Amino acid sequence: MRVTVVDYGIGNLYSVCRALERCGGEVTLSGDASQIEAAPHLVLPGVGAFSDGMRGLQERGLIDPVQRYATSGRPLLGICLGMQMLASVSEEFGCHEGLGLIPGQVVAVPNKTTDGQAQKIPHIGWNGLVPAAGALWGDSILKETPEGTAVYLVHSYSVVPDDPGHRLADCLYGGHRIATAIRRGPVVGCQFHPEKSGEAGLAILAQFLNS
Amino acid sequence: MANVRLIARLDIKGPNLIKGVHLEGLRVMGDPQEFARRYYEQGADELIYMDIVASLYGRSMLTEIVRRAAHDVFVPMTVGGGVRNVDDVRDLLRAGADKVAINTAAVRRPDLITEVARRFGSQCMVLSIEAKQQAPGKWEVYTDCGRERSGIDAIEWARSGVQLGAGEILVTSIDREGTRKGFDVELTRGIASAVSVPVIASGGYGEPQHLLDVIRDGAADAVAFADALHYGRTTIAKLREQALSAGINVRRL
Repeated sequence: MRVTVVDYGIGNLYSVCRALERCGGEVTLSGDASQIEAAPHLVLPGVGAFSDGMRGLQERGLIDPVQRYATSGRPLLGICLGMQMLASVSEEFGCHEGLGLIPGQVVAVPNKTTDGQAQKIPHIGWNGLVPAAGALWGDSILKETPEGTAVYLVHSYSVVPDDPGHRLADCLYGGHRIATAIRRGPVVGCQFHPEKSGEAGLAILAQFLNS
Repeated sequence: MANVRLIARLDIKGPNLIKGVHLEGLRVMGDPQEFARRYYEQGADELIYMDIVASLYGRSMLTEIVRRAAHDVFVPMTVGGGVRNVDDVRDLLRAGADKVAINTAAVRRPDLITEVARRFGSQCMVLSIEAKQQAPGKWEVYTDCGRERSGIDAIEWARSGVQLGAGEILVTSIDREGTRKGFDVELTRGIASAVSVPVIASGGYGEPQHLLDVIRDGAADAVAFADALHYGRTTIAKLREQALSAGINVRRL
């Protein structure tokens, strides 16, 4: 299964490439527009600030190629910051435009629980995946993932899709539902790190490669 | 409450996994890669690698050990020992580490904490505090692998470290390390109640009750285990079961 990982100059890409290889992927790391557009499967990874990520894509002329790829109907997976960049706009350190592939906003994770207690930000650690309201996992990358499966998250911002139908899985943090996986057709985002979520995470990546 | 993390800690010297008592009397255990793979398979929530003599002797083989680990280990890895500047941090993150733990260099130059947090995010910057008790309620920070006194109060240092940008604190009790007498619950609680970031307790596990004590009374967000795992006295899977049956939230596998 061939898969291209977008290299746009940020973050550690070694773990995500290794995890995809472990799942049987034949991985190409690329910052080249034509390679990205022609990819059979595309992964948009990322850690760090939203504006740095979008600038990294822009400076390499990769915004249009990723957007064009997404309209091809082939599978695209955004991970962590990569998922956030799928949205329309982010409020992290000002207001920044995203790729607009899944309409929605990137907002701060609430620093108070639903009953008003202070809670730790960033949200770091293992948290359980629960189906978003009305979401069915049967035809998604979570097809083989049991409800409640814990995955590894590190983030201070999260996506709120305009259309709740684009939410696939949430996790609960201080009583708040945080969108943890989103999708619109073949474009999928996960806020968690499947490459750091043990065997459960590898199973999700394998499912993506088989989609 | 978030899931408490169960962490396997691997202390490294040169190419080897080693184990000591009070950070001294080191014994070679073997190839760290074999142990890391085993702990990943047992369901460890995270691994910590510490090159425990790197701050004394400089350059270490840690980057290579981490790169090999990232080949087979798909949970977060924290790496420390001999990290002196932002370039060292970058190299370790590129090799597959998710966070770095810094003790000696941060005590010598506290601004390093801020530099690392600004460049890579505070979630990458773990302040490692190795402390010895001086008096009831008083612990002193030690550097250079437990050899040098710093004159700094551990709880005060945790507080200022977080203000400077540390996103997590790894607390190692030198008094308890390798003794199997239980974690220093008071030290852990003192630090956990002084800071808003997660605290990892390390040093002293001997029996299941110690785990429950350091979580319930010590308010630890994560607990690290070393020789109990290396010598096979327990496994991550057993610890997870014991925590679950005591009603503690841990990741369910």
